[in-house]
Amino acid sequence: MIDKSLNWIDDRLGVAKGGRSFLDKIFPDHWSFMLGEIALYSFIVLLGTGVFLTLYFVPSAHEIVYHGSYVPLRGQKVSEAYASTVGLSFDVRSGLLMRQAHHWAADIFLGAIAVHMARVFFTGAFRKPRELNWVVGVLMLILGVVNGFLGYSLPDDLVSGTGIRIAYSIMESIPLVGSYLAFFLFGGNYPGSGVIIPRFFVLHVLIVPAILVGLLAAHLGLLVKQKHTQFPGKGKTESNVVGSPMFPTFMAKTTGFLFMTSAVIFGLGGFAQINPIWQFGQYEPYQISYAVQPDWYMGWLDGAARIMPSWEWVGYGHTIPLEIFLPAVIFPGLIFNILLAWPLIEWYKTKDSNYHNLLDRPRDRPKRTAAGAAMLALLFGVFFASSTDVMANFFQLPLMDVLWFFRFFVPLAPIVAYFITFKICHEMRDAENIGKRKRALIVSRTTDGEYVTAESAPRPGDGHEELEAMPVPTFIDTTDPELATAAGVRRVIR
Amino acid sequence: MSDNKLSPPPATLDDPHLQPATKNPQRMQNLAILAMVVGMLGFIAFIWVYWINASNEWEAGTLAVGMLGLGVGTIAWGKYLMPQGPFVEERHDFHSSEPERAAFNAAITGRGGLEVKRRGLLLGVFAVAGGIMTLALAVPGIRSLGPKPAKSDDNQGSTENSLFTTNWKKGTKIVTVDGRQVMVDDLEVGGVLTVFPQGFEGSSPDQVILIRLAQLGPNDPPYPISPPGHTSYGVQGYVAYSKLCTHLGCPVGLYQERTQQLVCPCHQSIFNVNSGAIPEFGPAPRPLPQLPITVDATGQMRANGGFDQAVGPGFWERP
Repeated sequence: MIDKSLNWIDDRLGVAKGGRSFLDKIFPDHWSFMLGEIALYSFIVLLGTGVFLTLYFVPSAHEIVYHGSYVPLRGQKVSEAYASTVGLSFDVRSGLLMRQAHHWAADIFLGAIAVHMARVFFTGAFRKPRELNWVVGVLMLILGVVNGFLGYSLPDDLVSGTGIRIAYSIMESIPLVGSYLAFFLFGGNYPGSGVIIPRFFVLHVLIVPAILVGLLAAHLGLLVKQKHTQFPGKGKTESNVVGSPMFPTFMAKTTGFLFMTSAVIFGLGGFAQINPIWQFGQYEPYQISYAVQPDWYMGWLDGAARIMPSWEWVGYGHTIPLEIFLPAVIFPGLIFNILLAWPLIEWYKTKDSNYHNLLDRPRDRPKRTAAGAAMLALLFGVFFASSTDVMANFFQLPLMDVLWFFRFFVPLAPIVAYFITFKICHEMRDAENIGKRKRALIVSRTTDGEYVTAESAPRPGDGHEELEAMPVPTFIDTTDPELATAAGVRRVIR
Repeated sequence: MSDNKLSPPPATLDDPHLQPATKNPQRMQNLAILAMVVGMLGFIAFIWVYWINASNEWEAGTLAVGMLGLGVGTIAWGKYLMPQGPFVEERHDFHSSEPERAAFNAAITGRGGLEVKRRGLLLGVFAVAGGIMTLALAVPGIRSLGPKPAKSDDNQGSTENSLFTTNWKKGTKIVTVDGRQVMVDDLEVGGVLTVFPQGFEGSSPDQVILIRLAQLGPNDPPYPISPPGHTSYGVQGYVAYSKLCTHLGCPVGLYQERTQQLVCPCHQSIFNVNSGAIPEFGPAPRPLPQLPITVDATGQMRANGGFDQAVGPGFWERP
């Protein structure tokens, strides 16, 4: 029956030949290869919860009187966007869970991308032939950040409205075209002609996700075509892949992982309140609240804007607000371009045009690892700088001192991080027995009363006997070695 | 290598590669079943919890238990009960063979090159026409989006299409956000109020923060604001500044009476209201523009003119 239907399909699509090798496709096992899966699965949760939210969200700045079940807001004039977001949180059953899970999924999605990217970077998985997939990945990161911003801007609450105002001013700061960009996107001078929420909405639910899905397909397609990298180890070479087959082992493990990622996201969505817009209130351009911080993935931009000195350039009848343009346009542009171009930068340094399917240990590439550490130090520096006000409050320090600390810390930290990492990598490379499992030391006393220490023998249960890897076989359901031999079955050597 | 692909070697089920990774498959299977049953109960509980309309936490908890149970069971199945391997797959070169490459390249350079050589002019016209088509499509695609920003205040722009204009004129009545007329005795010393020109309540570019720095009578000299402020812009101890931060346009909403500083909560720029709102700290590059104000005979507060410069953050056209 199953054979028949498979044949029916193959008669029409001719999938059997490629299909078998797809099912036999080997995925190497390592915990760090699951980071990308977290991103993939939070994206799936994002799509699912997002579709739910679009059924109730009204993307309109039109003002109405709130009549929902949240008592403190009743009778107040609010925008339809705000009212419908509060409504889908309180008056649509399971709405709050879906909305908070959506928000958490976005934060986890970008976090997983960042960590996944760090793994790919530090192990050199972006090298030939995978440079294009690296670029696709960075583009997805950028689009993910953009879509996150667009998404949390939609409810028209006080915090997100402030973020939109800042985004407007950042666009405005671009020399020559800035005011045109801002006017065209917003339909006029801030806050514009009421078009920004509908425009953000179509970008957030259609255009950016469509591009993301396309890039995701390319990302996974390239992964399948180029096969996964693997760490060096027994039987693992540049020209093979050792691990679990796509069907059914990898499929079972990864499907289970989808469920577990979703479990964490929905758990957070229920138990960890996020973006309680009914507490912030409706956005009004003249109102603001204290301790305004964006979502975490925007924090590095906010921090950069905070520590920037007030270097506005004025001359020849024009103004270039460098205090905005440098940290909010040039700085992220530089960072993303360095990321995009990293395979090229490294090729320029090493002139290495060999295929690389075996991963590096970070310690074996001290310069790359140190450069990555410097980048992380820079980004963490500006990230923490985005909470100068909160830190000043928490540590009871003058705000100015905290800010001055970061003005020095942010440029210095990458330099220090570079040299420390470089040194650590070298020391680790030169150390003996690095990466080997430590064995217990046995202290014993000789008959002369002398104490000696000796390394214990490996315990019988330590590790496991590894088999030689074999190509995924066709399973023959016979235990009779005679029959098996007759059928040309591979001999089992025990 | 390709032989492997077409006919992978068969193996009997007692092959060690096909054994489960765990030593005790029966026990592991029981555990996996247990986890999946817990998951099932979680999902059933979720439906029940939804049915009785319990709280968000109950929904999330039951759903998470369901997914966690199902996930743990599935992973246990894949990781411990399926053939342990390890299995191997050969990698193949990505690139094509040299002759294939040469043929492909020749197809492009040969056929394309022939057209370039024979029909260079036609190709040029095609490229130009295509470029102009792109431009033609871009014109409505971009230009329809919004108004063109006015170049300066001179051409009588409105606040909707000009970054230079506000609705403050000489004699404009100063009102609160709900339209109430502000009177000269409305604020105590140290008090602040967000105000708007009458008829434009809540407008973003028009927002002004009114501060009472001292209790002065109508005949007293204006409150002395040190340079570079405009001493005559204040009245009876009141001063008024644009509330739009000159850094990124956030409302400068925090007033510290003790130090007479306005603090922007977004990026912590600090303006000293006592000296013309010059930025004392932070990324803001310019003082908050000051609005000249006056009090009429009935004690109503009015603007004594518009701003002398564009409010808010910097932009290219700003002189």
